[in-house]
Amino acid sequence: MIRVQREDFDPGAELAGFSAGKTSVGGICLFIGLVRDYLGDDPAAAAGTVCAMTLDHYPGMTERQLEAIEAEARRRWPLEDSLVIHRYGRLEPGERIVLVAASSAHRDAAFEACRFLIDWLKTKAPFWKVEHTRDGDVWVDAKESDDAAAARWER
Amino acid sequence: MKVLYFAWLKAKTGIGEEAVAVPPGITTVGQLIEHLKTLSPGHASAFETLSAVRVAVNQDYGGLDTPVKPGDEVAFFPPVTGG
Repeated sequence: MIRVQREDFDPGAELAGFSAGKTSVGGICLFIGLVRDYLGDDPAAAAGTVCAMTLDHYPGMTERQLEAIEAEARRRWPLEDSLVIHRYGRLEPGERIVLVAASSAHRDAAFEACRFLIDWLKTKAPFWKVEHTRDGDVWVDAKESDDAAAARWER
Repeated sequence: MKVLYFAWLKAKTGIGEEAVAVPPGITTVGQLIEHLKTLSPGHASAFETLSAVRVAVNQDYGGLDTPVKPGDEVAFFPPVTGG
């Protein structure tokens, strides 16, 4: 299941509904991505620098790519269910951006598929972030570490 | 042909989406880019560093050699930064 939406989501409600009633499920893994309030990797260096972030996306291709990523996860692992929710629009520090979840009979598939979904969507899902800082707007650059994370899933 | 621009490419061209009448003989993304660069200084600036530009044809990722034809939807954007 793929949802691309502007509105926030409720992780508790999503988790409660996910794989509900499926007694074949032994494990559920869920990841949530949030907006941080600093650029780069050192919170102490520039705390409070990011005032807000706006995510743009490519309607049509976004859903198509996320569906393809989910289909690949379901091809590689024996999943009962999978879920990707990705927001767009203006978001503030602390807000949720993305949720990915996977359920399976055993934990290995759930953990691996969950990690795979977020690693792949970070290099393949057509979203772009611009950070609104005290000094103006800054387009976020794609990171080599994200490419490396996606590459380790290449087969 | 419908051409879309996202992120800083949209900022440079000043355009999110445009209908482009493509001259005959343009059959690849690379050739389309050369044509688009002539449309305005903003267009030329957007395509100045091709290594920073990604492309999708009919919503599938492509490259400079990907074929294009009238009626296609071609989008240009930076490497993605979702998640």
